[in-house]
Amino acid sequence: MYKINKENLSALFSCIADANELYVPCNINGSVNFAAWDEEQLVDLDTLKTVKSPKDAFFPQSETLYSCKRNGKKLSITPEELQNKDFVVFGMKACDVRGLAVLDKVFLVDPVDSYYKARREHGIIVSLACSQPEEACFCNVFGIDASQPEGDVVVYMIGDEMYWNAVTEKGEKLTKQVASLLTDADEAKVEAQKASIKEIVSRLPYSSLSLEGWGKDAVLLDKFNSPIWEELYKPCLACGTCTFVCPTCQCYDIKDYNTGNGVQRYRCWDSCMYSDFTMMAHGNNRTSQMQRYRQRFMHKLVYFPQNNDGMYSCVGCGRCVDKCPIGLNIVKVIKAFEKGGNR
Amino acid sequence: MSECTCNHDSFYEDTLIPKVGVVTDIRQETPDVKTFRVVAPDGSKLFEHMPGQCAMVSVPGVGEAMFSITSSPTNKEFQEFSIKKCGVLTDYLHAMEVGEEITVRGPYGNNFPVETELKGKNLLFIAGGIGLAPLRSVINYVLDNRENYGTVDILYGSRSADDLVQLKEIQEVWMKAPNVNVYLTIDREQEGWDGHVGFVPSYLKEIGFDTNKVALICGPPIMIKFVLQGLQEMGFDKKQIITTLELRMKCGVGKCGRCNIGSKYVCKDGPVFHCDELDEIPAEY
Amino acid sequence: MQRLIDRAKELLASGEVARVLGWKKGDLGFNPEPSYFETAESLDNDFVYDGFCGANLSKYMIEASKKDGKTLVFLKPCDTYSFNQLIKEHRVDREKAYIIGVGCKGKLDIEAIKAMGVKGILEVSGADINSDCETLTVKTLYGDKEVSYNDAMLERCHVCKGKEHQICDEVMLDSRDTKDAERFAEIEKIEAMSPMEKFEFFKKELSKCIRCNACRNVCPACSCRKCVFDSNKFDEATKANVDSFEEKMFHIIRAFHVAGRCTDCGECSRVCPQGIPLHLFNRKFIKDIDTFYGEFQAGEDSETKGPLTAFTFDDVEPSIVTERG
Repeated sequence: MYKINKENLSALFSCIADANELYVPCNINGSVNFAAWDEEQLVDLDTLKTVKSPKDAFFPQSETLYSCKRNGKKLSITPEELQNKDFVVFGMKACDVRGLAVLDKVFLVDPVDSYYKARREHGIIVSLACSQPEEACFCNVFGIDASQPEGDVVVYMIGDEMYWNAVTEKGEKLTKQVASLLTDADEAKVEAQKASIKEIVSRLPYSSLSLEGWGKDAVLLDKFNSPIWEELYKPCLACGTCTFVCPTCQCYDIKDYNTGNGVQRYRCWDSCMYSDFTMMAHGNNRTSQMQRYRQRFMHKLVYFPQNNDGMYSCVGCGRCVDKCPIGLNIVKVIKAFEKGGNR
Repeated sequence: MSECTCNHDSFYEDTLIPKVGVVTDIRQETPDVKTFRVVAPDGSKLFEHMPGQCAMVSVPGVGEAMFSITSSPTNKEFQEFSIKKCGVLTDYLHAMEVGEEITVRGPYGNNFPVETELKGKNLLFIAGGIGLAPLRSVINYVLDNRENYGTVDILYGSRSADDLVQLKEIQEVWMKAPNVNVYLTIDREQEGWDGHVGFVPSYLKEIGFDTNKVALICGPPIMIKFVLQGLQEMGFDKKQIITTLELRMKCGVGKCGRCNIGSKYVCKDGPVFHCDELDEIPAEY
Repeated sequence: MQRLIDRAKELLASGEVARVLGWKKGDLGFNPEPSYFETAESLDNDFVYDGFCGANLSKYMIEASKKDGKTLVFLKPCDTYSFNQLIKEHRVDREKAYIIGVGCKGKLDIEAIKAMGVKGILEVSGADINSDCETLTVKTLYGDKEVSYNDAMLERCHVCKGKEHQICDEVMLDSRDTKDAERFAEIEKIEAMSPMEKFEFFKKELSKCIRCNACRNVCPACSCRKCVFDSNKFDEATKANVDSFEEKMFHIIRAFHVAGRCTDCGECSRVCPQGIPLHLFNRKFIKDIDTFYGEFQAGEDSETKGPLTAFTFDDVEPSIVTERG
């Protein structure tokens, strides 16, 4: 365990950025999101949750897959270069890191997604324990410990100091790189903070949310056919806010951008909430917003767990709770079914 | 930027990156269906596949979509796709000339169990319209390995005589093959047609097959619905009926989320499903 | 609030209306959701109307107009402008609506409270519609905080168009004047910027956009059955941005599409997850329309043709663009 005075954080970032790309939560015109660090950036480690989850450091909102050029009848294809430099994402929370474990289940299973894999291999995660969890947090419901996030290095903000604990080989390597800025520390204060975080978590309004009836043992068709969906979806605006701020949503679209001198085929985040998501030339298999709404939650709480040994595709970060324009969210879904007898 | 600019040191393969394919032959099957023959630029076959599998065919800048491979794996020279003109990409494909290059990636999905469950069985193929495309691959595979299978019955219907896909092959190959019965039907009376007239499901009842068969069906949803009913009335168990599903797909490998229904991804876990399996997933297809 | 519930129950029981469109209590005390109520019981249990009921219900009346029978809808003064505009555009059926104009004492923005550094909000008291609306007491995981009601209001309430309902069948509950800023003050500040400053300002704001479409989907003026941005002929512009400033196209085109029809209801800015002040675009258009065609407020009534849909010989010439520089 090491520590560093918060006054030296800028020096630490500068030192990390010397050898790696560095992403940290920054306040840009009033909204806090992960962004490439430079000295001009307004780093904000106090805001608990960035608006967007940091998933786009690994699965960008938009990325070119390859380029195509046509020459008469001939076509040539040039794959986009993969991530080949190490980069550091600093300040991911426990829920965000677990979000990547969910994405891994999608992108790292056969056939492996090269683009995502390259970023996972080169990404170094410095996670930050949540000293002040907030009302919409319910990561504990998914077995996530906000006081002890996963990651390559785990840091704790305590008073004027930041405590630094490398937990993986990648983390050790990064620690060596910044060693001159760190001093040895004992674990007493960190242990005290961990206890404090656990105590706060136990008082969170959603901390005792029950997942009974969901997950890999859920009776899929009963849940699917429940009349409760018809009650729940009605106010839904069919926007993509919940999907785009979510750390685990991974649906994507593949599209073409005509550069005028060829075609860039890129992929971008898509939302199952959008009416054209399942649209094809001969029709659409989900024509109503109820069906689309149901799909999102059934996928997170039933389909995904059934395909992945019970792992939910939700990490309880609460971003959808905070950001839904009209106050809908996954917690309300879980509660409505609980009230309805978990059918 | 006319030369290939890829960094060969960091060359990698990803299933999302397609191969270039040359269209070497285009056959007009019906007024709105063409069959495209595709090979690699060096003249070799693009990849090996199994009957029922699909591939992502694309024209960069126009679109990319999943099509079933209609040629049989027993064909060692090329792959064929029978494609109906019904959208932006298919409009473009239909306007293409021989020699033009497209991109293809795949094969994707599961296949008809030709090497396991179907071996030694009597087979009943029921297709409607462009639904013959995936079944043609199986039929030719079966005919090329004739000794491995029992009787073959093919019931195929279309809107009109002009809309029967692969008619030449049906008449010249399938009808002449040993131990194969072909039943053709069209929806409405038509001059010059002396065959059967009527919808596929009703013709099915008229013929009345015995149940010592596995049925493979593909066609428009409404046809599948009534054929399924008909087969069950005739005593077929749902386990004996195999069909294919078609949903919007983008990645083809169960990641982009589009073709997800229940715990299945049609691109990866399908497109071939036994009808009893369909009872276990939400009816969102 | 009980009066609203009682009146709604009365109208349901008499058969005058088939359902009630209002707000349903949230699970955190400050996240109510728009909801239909069809029984007295559900009204008793779930109906809420307080400072957090900012959501404008008029757009939901497009769907409600397709249902059998009348829908009782609660509209705040500013929401009634949107409803009028929707009547004008033949999107809602006046005959299918029973409108109770509800009083408004200014709507609250939980994001504004959070921006004051208040964390872990468990409960906000003082948001009740009957309160004096001076102070909010915020109970949090980290102790109680007091916040001025006005400081916690949505931007739109500071430039309130007035507490008169423009269309309704009856009015219930008192309102409170909340206007304490000039509607076009922010616009004037931007107008005073140099072109480069303007560009930088909007670039910074708009590059936060994540293309979630919340602004479009909540907007009562965006009622097209199929949006031009959902067209596949418009490929590269729909879900992703080719460069970090491509969102400008989406937002500028949207601003043009709602010009002359936007009532300045402020929903776009309220719902933006990234806090982009989207209303500035629309308000600039409103200000220009006022300048060129005389003062006009969309949604003041349901008949008057807007200046951009009615031709007169006095209309400004396109050359005004060059004259203004």
